[in-house]
Amino acid sequence: MSSLWSRLEPLLARVRKPARYIGCEDGAASPQHGHGKVAWLLAYPDVYEVGLPNQGLQILYEILNERPDAVAERSYAPWVDLEKLMRERGIPLFSVDTHRSADEFDILAFNLSAELVYTNVLNMVDLAGFPVRADQRRPEHPLVIIGGHAAFNPEPMADFIDCAVLGEGEEVIGEITDVVREWKSSGRTEGSRSAVLRRLAQIPGVYVPSMYDVEYDGDRVVGITPAYPDVPELVTKRTVSDLGQWQYPKRPLAPLTEVVHDRLAVEVFRGCTRGCRFCQAGMITRPVRERPAEQVRTMITEGLKRTGYNEVSLTSLSTADFSGIESVVTSIVPDPTACGAPTVSLPSLRVDAFTVGLAAKVASGRRSGLTFAPEAGTWRLRTVINKLITEDDLYGAVESAFSSGWSRMKLYFLTGLPTETDVDTEGIVDLAAGCVSIGKKHTNRASVTVSVGGFVPKAHTPFQWFGQNGVPELRRKIGLVREAASKAKGVQVKWHDPAATLAEGIASRGDRRVGAVIERVWRAGGTFQEWSEFFDLDRWLDAMAAEGLSVDWYVTRHRDENEVFPWHHLSAGLHHDFLWQDWRSALAEAGLEDCRWTPCYDCGVCTGDGLEHIVASPVAPAGGSQGTGQNLTFGGSVPITLRPKPSLVNHDVVSAGRG
Amino acid sequence: MKVRVSYSKLGKIRFTGHRDVARIWERTLRKAEVPVAMSTGFTPRLKMAFGLALPTGAESLVELLDVTLADDVDDLESLVRRLDESLPVGMAVTGIRECGPSEVSLQEDVVATTWVMAIDAADVSGNIDRLNAACEVWVDRERKGESRRDDIRSGILGLRTISTETSELLPPLWLGESSGVLIEATLTTAGRGIRPTELVEALVPGCEPWNHLTRVLRINQMIERDGEHVDVLSARPAHTEVGA
Repeated sequence: MSSLWSRLEPLLARVRKPARYIGCEDGAASPQHGHGKVAWLLAYPDVYEVGLPNQGLQILYEILNERPDAVAERSYAPWVDLEKLMRERGIPLFSVDTHRSADEFDILAFNLSAELVYTNVLNMVDLAGFPVRADQRRPEHPLVIIGGHAAFNPEPMADFIDCAVLGEGEEVIGEITDVVREWKSSGRTEGSRSAVLRRLAQIPGVYVPSMYDVEYDGDRVVGITPAYPDVPELVTKRTVSDLGQWQYPKRPLAPLTEVVHDRLAVEVFRGCTRGCRFCQAGMITRPVRERPAEQVRTMITEGLKRTGYNEVSLTSLSTADFSGIESVVTSIVPDPTACGAPTVSLPSLRVDAFTVGLAAKVASGRRSGLTFAPEAGTWRLRTVINKLITEDDLYGAVESAFSSGWSRMKLYFLTGLPTETDVDTEGIVDLAAGCVSIGKKHTNRASVTVSVGGFVPKAHTPFQWFGQNGVPELRRKIGLVREAASKAKGVQVKWHDPAATLAEGIASRGDRRVGAVIERVWRAGGTFQEWSEFFDLDRWLDAMAAEGLSVDWYVTRHRDENEVFPWHHLSAGLHHDFLWQDWRSALAEAGLEDCRWTPCYDCGVCTGDGLEHIVASPVAPAGGSQGTGQNLTFGGSVPITLRPKPSLVNHDVVSAGRG
Repeated sequence: MKVRVSYSKLGKIRFTGHRDVARIWERTLRKAEVPVAMSTGFTPRLKMAFGLALPTGAESLVELLDVTLADDVDDLESLVRRLDESLPVGMAVTGIRECGPSEVSLQEDVVATTWVMAIDAADVSGNIDRLNAACEVWVDRERKGESRRDDIRSGILGLRTISTETSELLPPLWLGESSGVLIEATLTTAGRGIRPTELVEALVPGCEPWNHLTRVLRINQMIERDGEHVDVLSARPAHTEVGA
């Protein structure tokens, strides 16, 4: 092997945060490359501090390194200062584990958690020394694979990638390894690249864009069909049925330098059936699969011991919904070690007093801020988006938080949601002001920060038909919130740049033609587009214009029932009919209950894939309305009552939950 | 009970910063299950006090750390073993001793440090002679965000070229990988102390120091006792000494 370390080393004292590039983490593997082993370079297209904590990447890193026929290393996007020095000296993209050049790997696999990182993928492929366009890559070049949430509509990346993996990677990476191992041992001969791709296309969950033809009628996509008879018409996501069988990571990575989530993370469940209609994560990760509470405890104890962290984050899309949450939390808290008791952090808190009680139990030290996400300012709009938390839920949560010693609240909202009126937008400040007045009863320092983000409709959600608000409309709505807040004492407003929201919209529901736009943005220097200091909407608009593509067509246009989406041939398991029905229910302001504790409404995921929810408790946990709009303060003793499946005429069901 | 630990920081890990090292030690002490005392207050922290910060990119044979233990530990040797097992590659404990509760903090006590630097530039020894002969050495430097021009001559307490043969202290790793002329410099840390990069700027005027400073290693930290500079770890009556 040829390590690039001796060439990198003299550069590192000259760049910011050089510890990003040294590897050496606790838990890092000692990869042994060799003949007959498939070498994966697991890449995260953002800077080390953001990418290192990524659990998906850590899990696959460990599973691959356990295989006798595979080896995995990691790579992160070099920051612009090092990239410049590398390009000046012809140093290619490298792994942080052994500082190997990317061309010593068979697979370059990217984990994509957001769309704006697409240009960084191109940049890293180019920095590695490979052609960015897949059809120009030769047998000696690695396969470029993408996975993660932002790979569920991979069409904008179709020209640049060899494959996209839909869904969870634990099992499918082994199947990919098998195919690539044979390709490798056959010598990767001239012309063999398309043959190996053809074989990969037959693995469930693996999508090979070059094996499909897209047919257009003007702007419109009218068909996406396999080019060969043995390539599937529909690629469906992969899902592991039982999280308890995948106790990973066993050797969590503890970095030597500070990263964004600098604590142990233990995933308590996957999937979420709260059914928030804007939430792509909730739709594409179904069904709910809880990890056994006992295994969670083991992972916490062993992980803390192994890493030396004293803080553990229990991760999921809504951690208070975990059946074993109270028992797990209580079992950690009263167990002080030599260096102080470990603390627990609960991200993604549900909005209710019970949850805050839980947070109060685990919080140690100064209680500075607590974050809730009501997402919309009025009950009406919350029924549209199916985030069925009542004002009572929020105020109960806030009351509980202020009375437990917190003094600052942060409330997350989306604006530009379907059917949103100015009453809804201004309702954001009404809610915040209500929270401030509750806080003032407890402390003079009470403050509430409202964080407003522009809504971007995502593939595989009921809102995929919705025309996103343009930049002027989002600016106007943010202006409404700011103006209302200026009259409300104690309410601060932060907002996400509507320009970045628009660019995200272009990438999120784009088809293959958007690929040329991404390439133009990248060639114009547009890397690190999630970083405001590097983002410039003009690059995107110029690229769209140069390609003759309409922003309105891709972003702000409402789609109708006959729309053939660019991801028409890709499935997250959700029935198209379910998504359409749920979209109609949204417009009719009809809510839909959480199917974990109520009969199945057949969204398609469980029935299609022979899966089922794995939830330890047959009834909802205690607290608030549990996102049903009903009073369920007593939890288990009051199971959720079954409401009829919402339909277009089903207004009264939801209104029964008000007050 | 308070212990003073010295440790080395060599190789790739030299690119971690001072704050990173503090976090590495917190995790190491927990991994090694050392009974460290906690501070009181809203956010209890491990009671640790670090010596002078080592610049990111510099290596050291003598980094210092005071740790207050919640319980007395008799067997300091086994403590050292546990710490070494838990420290990341590139860091190792080199000494430990008990120190009195009233001892002056490391930050205040250390008056000078000795560095070995590998400098890749023309006529380094001629420039060393020039500096040694000069009465004033002015450099532009930054402190607390403000740029200022200082005479650093009186803070250069020793400056000479050395050869790899004469310096037995140098770690093997260092010898093969560093390029340039080796120099040894003893620089003051009192007041506005002198950083190795500032010395390089004095030796190679107008340069970007890290373009010439290929490697830098702290080999000694000294405190003043009875007008003499003495090695910091051996400066006090040692209750316990463990060579590691």
